[in-house]
Amino acid sequence: MKLTTNYLGLTLKSPFVIGASPLGDDLDTARRLEDGGASALVMHSLFEEQLTNDAAVAALTESFEESSAEALSYFPESADYSLGPEEYLNHIASLKSRLSIPVIGSLNGRTPGGWINHAKLMEEAGADAIELNIYEVPTDASESGADIESRVLEVVSGVREKLTIPFCVKLSPFYSSLPSLAKSIQLSGANGLVLFNRFYQPDLDIEDLNVEPKLFLSTSSELLLRIRWMAVLHGNTDLSLALSGGVHKVHDAVKGIMAGADILQIVSLILRHGPQALEALIKDFTAWMQEHDYQDITEMRGCLSHKNSPDPAAFERANYLRVLQLWKV
Amino acid sequence: METQSGAVRKSMDGNEAAANVAYRLSETIAIYPITPSTPMGELSDEWVSKGSPNLWGHVPKIVEMQSEAGVAGAVHGMLQGGSLSTTFTASQGLLLMIPIMYKLAGQLMPFCMHVAARSLATHALSIFGDHSDVMAVRQTGFALLASANIQEAHDLACIAHAATLPSRVPFLHFFDGFRTSHEINDLEILSDDVLRAMMDEEAILAHAKRAMTPDHPTIRGTAQNPDAFFQAREAANPFYAALPGIVQEAMFRFASLTGRTYHLFDYTGDPEADRVVVVMGSGGETLVETSRHLNSIGQRTGVLQVRLYRPFDAWAFLNALPATVKHITVLDRTKEPGAPGEPLFLDVSSTIRAKGGSKWSALPQVSAGRFGLASKEFTPAMCMAIFADMQAETPREEFTVGIEDDISGLSLRYDRDFLLPGQTFNQAVFFGLGSDGTVGANKNTIKIIAKKLGLHAQAYFVYDSKKAGAVTVSHLRFGKEPIRAPYLVSSADFVGCHQYHLLEQQPVLEAAREGAIFLLNTPHGPDTAWDHLSHETQEMIIAKKLKFHVIDAYKIARETGMGARINTIMQVAYFALSDILPLDQAISEIKNAIEKSYARKGADLVQKNWNAVDQSVAGVHEVVVPATVTATAPRPFPIPVEAPDFVRTVSGTLLAGRGDDLPVSAFPPDGVWPTGTSKWEKRNLAHELPVWDSSLCIQCNKCVIVCPHAAIRAKYYPEEALAGAPESFQSVAFRSPEIKGQRYTIQVAPEDCTGCRLCINVCPAKDKTNASHKALDPAPQAPLREQERANFAFFESLPAPDRTRLKTDLVKDSQFFTPLFEYSGACVGCGETPYIKLVTQLFGDRAIIANATGCSSIYGGNLPTTPYTVNADGRGPAWGNSLFEDNAEFGLGLRLSVSDQEQQAREMLLATRDNLGPEFVDDILHADQSNESGIAAQRARVAELLNRLDRIPETLRPRMARLADYLVKKSVWIVGGDGWAYDIGFGGLDHVLSLGENINILVLDTEVYSNTGGQASKSTPTGAIAKFAASGKSGAKKDLGLYAMSYGNVYVARIALGGKDSQTVKAMAEAEAYPGTSLIIAYSHCIAHGFNLAQGLEHQKMAVDTGYWPLYRHDPRRTESGLNPLVLDSPAPKLPLSRFTENEVRYRFLEATNKERAAALGLIAQDQINARVETYRRMAASGQPEKNS
Repeated sequence: MKLTTNYLGLTLKSPFVIGASPLGDDLDTARRLEDGGASALVMHSLFEEQLTNDAAVAALTESFEESSAEALSYFPESADYSLGPEEYLNHIASLKSRLSIPVIGSLNGRTPGGWINHAKLMEEAGADAIELNIYEVPTDASESGADIESRVLEVVSGVREKLTIPFCVKLSPFYSSLPSLAKSIQLSGANGLVLFNRFYQPDLDIEDLNVEPKLFLSTSSELLLRIRWMAVLHGNTDLSLALSGGVHKVHDAVKGIMAGADILQIVSLILRHGPQALEALIKDFTAWMQEHDYQDITEMRGCLSHKNSPDPAAFERANYLRVLQLWKV
Repeated sequence: METQSGAVRKSMDGNEAAANVAYRLSETIAIYPITPSTPMGELSDEWVSKGSPNLWGHVPKIVEMQSEAGVAGAVHGMLQGGSLSTTFTASQGLLLMIPIMYKLAGQLMPFCMHVAARSLATHALSIFGDHSDVMAVRQTGFALLASANIQEAHDLACIAHAATLPSRVPFLHFFDGFRTSHEINDLEILSDDVLRAMMDEEAILAHAKRAMTPDHPTIRGTAQNPDAFFQAREAANPFYAALPGIVQEAMFRFASLTGRTYHLFDYTGDPEADRVVVVMGSGGETLVETSRHLNSIGQRTGVLQVRLYRPFDAWAFLNALPATVKHITVLDRTKEPGAPGEPLFLDVSSTIRAKGGSKWSALPQVSAGRFGLASKEFTPAMCMAIFADMQAETPREEFTVGIEDDISGLSLRYDRDFLLPGQTFNQAVFFGLGSDGTVGANKNTIKIIAKKLGLHAQAYFVYDSKKAGAVTVSHLRFGKEPIRAPYLVSSADFVGCHQYHLLEQQPVLEAAREGAIFLLNTPHGPDTAWDHLSHETQEMIIAKKLKFHVIDAYKIARETGMGARINTIMQVAYFALSDILPLDQAISEIKNAIEKSYARKGADLVQKNWNAVDQSVAGVHEVVVPATVTATAPRPFPIPVEAPDFVRTVSGTLLAGRGDDLPVSAFPPDGVWPTGTSKWEKRNLAHELPVWDSSLCIQCNKCVIVCPHAAIRAKYYPEEALAGAPESFQSVAFRSPEIKGQRYTIQVAPEDCTGCRLCINVCPAKDKTNASHKALDPAPQAPLREQERANFAFFESLPAPDRTRLKTDLVKDSQFFTPLFEYSGACVGCGETPYIKLVTQLFGDRAIIANATGCSSIYGGNLPTTPYTVNADGRGPAWGNSLFEDNAEFGLGLRLSVSDQEQQAREMLLATRDNLGPEFVDDILHADQSNESGIAAQRARVAELLNRLDRIPETLRPRMARLADYLVKKSVWIVGGDGWAYDIGFGGLDHVLSLGENINILVLDTEVYSNTGGQASKSTPTGAIAKFAASGKSGAKKDLGLYAMSYGNVYVARIALGGKDSQTVKAMAEAEAYPGTSLIIAYSHCIAHGFNLAQGLEHQKMAVDTGYWPLYRHDPRRTESGLNPLVLDSPAPKLPLSRFTENEVRYRFLEATNKERAAALGLIAQDQINARVETYRRMAASGQPEKNS
């Protein structure tokens, strides 16, 4: 049974990759995941604005210093701790020394300079690849979709210029023409796409009139959106494709691959049931392949993509009416 | 930097200079924070946490104790155990060590401690420097060695550690608090090789061999009888006789190693001097400078600096003096009221009288002078007066210098304008705020100048006593020769005023020499800046021919994303104007320093700072100064004309930075000052004010209760009181089921608000159509200031609500009581002050407060102005601070005194019952004073009692008149922080808890020693970092409440205003009403927690929700009704502890620096919380509290 997969130019032993999450924060957990069959590990995202916020807190703390004859400061001198990406970068090195699978850094930047600098630092720290986690909510009415897309491409080409290792771009589903954007991303130098990122979503507290950000673990229901776009892109781009979100059962994994994913990023399943769930999933997946007489994962990859589907319209709007009718029944 | 001799030169302050040696020469260290010695302990703890080895390659063992008495005890044990030990202290801390110092000396323990010498609290506390503390231990048998500057603090530390071992006499090495401990100067660092050559390894071994050990058992600390004690006490004489020789030998050895020579007494001056001043400490440096000047103009003067004060080597002293001297003046930096003279003077005069005959045929005259108490400036001008007086026809036998004593006439007059000629250093003075980073930038400036130009550099910083909006004045000197000058800069080549408002509030330009450069940070450009200056300021600029420049640093800071941090901008402007270093080089150095400081905090921050640097040079503009003054407006006086005379003349002068000009007669001799003075000081700290939208307000008064500065207030009042209200004054119908037909107003005091935003954040009233708008929204202060000033004045004129109609245990009602604690100097957003304010609102008109030293005594009682005030009847809290360690006992004494006087009054009433009217007397004696109506009724009865005084025998009337007020219930409060309650004052607190007296104890728990900069206390929780716990506190937080509950008869409440304000108010009311001892432990967020205090209440809520700070009330009265005394006021934790800790730097630090330790301590802390919550739950569920947990 051959599960070997190529992703971003890296040869992975299987398509099951640990997605960006705190799962890589603990070295022992990371090791258990590797032992359980994970073929690569994406670290949690380094948020540029988190660094900026930390710096603001540091500045605030600093503003109390040198104000009183009795207290020239309020923290030990060594509390002038690193608020930059050092801790993250050191962790890349630690993971690399403990794991034999590729380690992928994940970065959520805010400024073009921040993206490039931090991506370069991750490369220097030993990351095998970088995932650029692009997520912004457009709130400015004077900014067009094209403006936003051109900012994405600016980041991608800027990072490409500085990096020698491969990198992919993780997107939200909210772009007007994903195939077109994917093409441009490829032309700008990226090596892959990750579909899609999941972030905190605003919820409303209707009693206290507050907005509260919330994040729920994914469920299989989120898979369908990803399958659609995976299927649309497969065969239309040379980018590696990663499916992120919604893979919880063996059938989810099979569907992801059949839609065209090169790899499947798993997070919520493990957060919910522990590292052993990954091992079980891979075991079930292998059994399913065996049962269905697939010898090599490449045989099934994209077999139900938009191009290869017996009913391409099913991925398009034409099918909408029929689905609604079914609901009526 | 390396000197020609190969020694390394570094810039550091005196504390670091001493600690650097002490650390390397010690195996065990015991520490406790006390200003100004705290940094020595902090540095030692830092070095231990970083694993820095001592001279023998070993990381010393360090322990923080509960008090200095604890430190001394621990040190005694360390020494008897055979270790080399050290400690650091000052002032009262040293006094707490005295009993054990006798033991150390009596048992001949080689030991060296380092003291940043400081005043002792007498009529008032002072954190500043003089020799009162070290002089108070001169009788203990310790050797006393004095340093006069930073290099000496380093060198003599080494000599003391070296000499104690062979001599076996313990050493106290001291230097002047602040002037030396906090002055930054450059010095040659002693290498490990030098230290090794100084240490007598055989003596170390001998000390170790004397250790208490069961392998060679001995007994020590015996009790001796009359037959033995005296002889044994005298048996140590040879050790003291040998000591001066041992010290001098060490000094000579040191000289051979370093080239720096010291003597027991160092004489500097004309070898044939006729006048000599004898002095210890930094004042000697100023005298030497002045003597040099006098000798250069043909006079014959000299200065004898005492290094080894105890034992006092009389012959060495006499030998050091020139034979030609006719007049000796001895200067003491201490005061011993009632003594025939101060200590050094007595030693010198007795020596000359007893042994001087061998040197002089006619003994020199000896005069005594006092100077420099509590860091009072000591300048060359004063030294000139001292030398001049010795030449007078009738020189003074006793004098003071540096003040104007118009009571005793003791003070020497001196020419304040005198400056030593020929000084070659470049001098600069900068006026700024603590929060604007001026001091940090100046520290950086001297590093650059010292490093790049190889110049000697000196920096000294003066801070005011406010915690919010503190003014800082930086005094910098640079020169090719070493800079001693231990006094402030008064003739600066450059004066920078970093805050526009300070120009007219502080004596900024007085510090400028003629022709100096003056740089002002102002929003006004070069064309208009001149027109905004006062008459006096313009006059001084013209008279001194100042080169006037302006910069709008805040504009540049805003434009470059620096917010309110203008430090680097002003630093660049200084280099651009001062010409001290080529500008390009200066900018490059500043940028390097920025990168070094901020690289670990992100490239973004570095870039912002760099941008600010680049913008700064172009922002500096010269102002064309007219030939004549054009302004007519005078400089505003800091206190309004309507203020009481004392406040205007004394407080006003102190506020204007001219307190040195006040004569002795201006001050109360017993330290008793009027209250209610903070209201006269309008500080205008807020950039934004809360603006009230009366249409949205739900009248909950939450904004009022959380305000740390009593700057937002609520009132209800009759409609007719609105007559004459300013047009912009807002008022709405008062919502109350009981009180009808009234109006309601929330009003901010615009010039007293600090802009902390707590009121805005707590306001629950949102606009239902636009949730971003609330009943309180922020708006810029400046455009609102005049309007709201008039509104607040009108608000104050409105009648206060009738206290008898208000309930003391309701949040809303409690905030209609007038706060009698207002506009304190506490930090912006302080978590402590709302609790104190609440106490004064509910009980202030009959409260007596004993306040432990700490933040609450500084913002509560530090001059120039103080926040405790009075109500319309002139009643208010009587406030007193005794010390740090004795506060519980002090409060107990107040209680006992009050109770006794009440008892006496009651006995007198009974004795005169028939005269006064039996029914009337019975009403007084049995009055119900449990609520405001009862208090008011009793006040009326007491007033009537005074009316009836003529009915009792005449001889009893004065006593009855004096005691009558004690018949109105008094509310005695003991207030302090966790450093006091958990550590240094715990013994006393425990004793008071055990007595059952009617006392209320309020512990403001910030979980660290906040006032001295955040050192760990026993309240610091597991996993938090703090000073003295730099690697994260491993032990658990003491459960003070549980401890108090174990007495069974103590009311105990644990409260957090942000967690549940209704519980806070209820607990306060219950505690005060409880007829026994009450303990309230109040969670107080603090700047030492490391977050924006605007979110303080949210953090408190999270503390409660995670079980970090469970709320409860333990009321023994409930047992009378068969109820469990303990009521839990917060539900079981809803969230993990990490949700609280992840938002505070004190916890995040460990996460960032040592993830494994943070994780381990986090688990332990969570377990502790689970166990504690479970304990409380079981206690509350069962019949009785558990005695142990």
